Amino acid sequence: MAKAKAKVKNKKGYITLQDGRTMRVQRMSTWQYVVQHKWLYFLLLPGVIYFIMFRYVPMGGLIIAFKEYSPFQGIWKSPWVGFGQFQKFFSTNDFGRLLTNTLGISLLQLVLFFPAPIILSLFLNEVRHNGYKRLVQTLVYVPHFVSWVIVASLTYQLFNVTDGIIYQIIKALTGNTVDVLSQASCFWGLIVGQDIWRETGYGTIVFLAALAGVDQELYEAARVDGAGRWRLMWHITLPAIRGTIVMMFILRVGGLLNTGYEQIFLMRNDLNVARAEVFDTYIYLKGIKSGQYSFSSAAGMFKSIVGMTLVLISDRVAKLCGESGIY
Amino acid sequence: MAKEHVVKNGAKVKKSLGDRIVDVIIYGVLGLIALSTVLPFLYVIAGSFATEKELTEKAFFIIPETWSLNAYQYAIRTNNILRGLKNSVFLTIMGTVMCMLFSMSFAYPLSKAHFRGRNWIMNLVIVTMLFSGGMIPSYMVITAYGLYDSYWALVLPALINPFNMIIIKKFFSGLPVELDEASYMDGANDMQIFVKVALPLSKPVIASISLFYGVGFWNDYFNAMIYLQTPEKFPVQIQLRSIILLSSKVSEAAMDFYDLNGAPPDKAVKMACTAIATIPILCVYPFVQKYFTKGVMVGAVKG
Repeated sequence: MAKAKAKVKNKKGYITLQDGRTMRVQRMSTWQYVVQHKWLYFLLLPGVIYFIMFRYVPMGGLIIAFKEYSPFQGIWKSPWVGFGQFQKFFSTNDFGRLLTNTLGISLLQLVLFFPAPIILSLFLNEVRHNGYKRLVQTLVYVPHFVSWVIVASLTYQLFNVTDGIIYQIIKALTGNTVDVLSQASCFWGLIVGQDIWRETGYGTIVFLAALAGVDQELYEAARVDGAGRWRLMWHITLPAIRGTIVMMFILRVGGLLNTGYEQIFLMRNDLNVARAEVFDTYIYLKGIKSGQYSFSSAAGMFKSIVGMTLVLISDRVAKLCGESGIY
Repeated sequence: MAKEHVVKNGAKVKKSLGDRIVDVIIYGVLGLIALSTVLPFLYVIAGSFATEKELTEKAFFIIPETWSLNAYQYAIRTNNILRGLKNSVFLTIMGTVMCMLFSMSFAYPLSKAHFRGRNWIMNLVIVTMLFSGGMIPSYMVITAYGLYDSYWALVLPALINPFNMIIIKKFFSGLPVELDEASYMDGANDMQIFVKVALPLSKPVIASISLFYGVGFWNDYFNAMIYLQTPEKFPVQIQLRSIILLSSKVSEAAMDFYDLNGAPPDKAVKMACTAIATIPILCVYPFVQKYFTKGVMVGAVKG
């Protein structure tokens, strides 16, 4: 009997009930399922159409990167040039400059901006007075919600050499009269500074969320064992947000070539352009402004592919390090 | 230092002098950081209500001595900023409603564990998070669809943000399965369950994701710049940029590079325009703050 039961159990489509009887279970055919849940597919449909029309069709549009697109011949009739546009892009003098500026800004962000929310979270975590903590949080989140246009407007109004208040203060304190808005050498610092001002507060949310999950008794126990403030931070707080730090780091490395173009576009001008031209602004200028669609698509495709590779590599590295990764 | 912690009745820990000094430093630094994020706004808003004379005479103030609405009158009369504001409100509401309709209805089927084709569709979505056609092909495609110079060019390409969609999907999967089973028993179909059961339960996620979409539309500058041509359609961000940046006194040397049509707007007017574009966000912010923190936290948890 027992043998037979085991045999039946193994057969596909059968399950064994608790009292030893076996029962045939039929999986609905796909067609039956779709008919029964037709409304689910109906709900899904608009989104699928959206993804095809606005995400996949532009991806297909990348074929013009391998062509010499001319508006008169259209996409299909324009002649193929293979990797010609890419070769042209890599051999221009611009390429080195773009790479330097993009990586320069990104790496500066990684060094200066990336740790800022972590440090601020550690500070906030030390605050025992809940009202004060909430007040500080409320205020530091604010800049995230204003647009880059407003951030740029504030920067111009505070730093310009005619009546900018911060310019005047710096001048009075140090005698320094550098015009940060038009000096090329100040551009990277200016961008990273704006990032720090706008995003540090908002960046603390994920870390504070991770810290909210820490059992307060751990702190109590460690204190009883004689651990001081630094010990608590090093052995309890930091390990609690390690996973989050790694995840944020992956995201940042994956976006190494994405230097927000709206921000840079708003802050660049003819005087600081030498340090301000990055891939995104270049693609915009060459493509939309001067109509070199094929050339700028090739530049964009290069950027997309490098970006995707960076995300996949950093994700793999994180998984090798024992973190959960993102994909 | 560690030895100085005294445990009283096993609950309260008395702090040492060193600890208290560190506390004061931490509270002080946090206060300064918080102040530095709001001072620029306060300065500009205060300045917008002041007279031009006071602005040139005093270096810094938070409360103007003599209040004046001249700057606002001038800004509204000459710069069409109210039209921009109206356009931005319209675009934000229309865009957010459309995005929510598409994102919610797309996320719902994907949240059902039994939904056939779920992995297939999710892969389709994840591919777009990793790779995209980029700026130029998107621009060409959107132009080819005939959307150039219309608000649809700003709304349609943004209908579903994969990250937001995944947050919504995660929320839906958290609803108890028993609700579905009970509704099926009562003879409801999936559409009825979605509209009458799932949606009324999703108010928190609707609030936070609408906020993300809404802020995105309100703040969008770049897309509006490349797709809109008619000045009557410009949102407030574009108008603000042209008032502040194009005619701004960047530096004496930079002046020559700008095409200055007459005198640039004076300081108080610029401040008034900045304030007009900022104040709507600052007014809405306190009411929605709790929702976005929730949204970010849901999004931060991997799933």
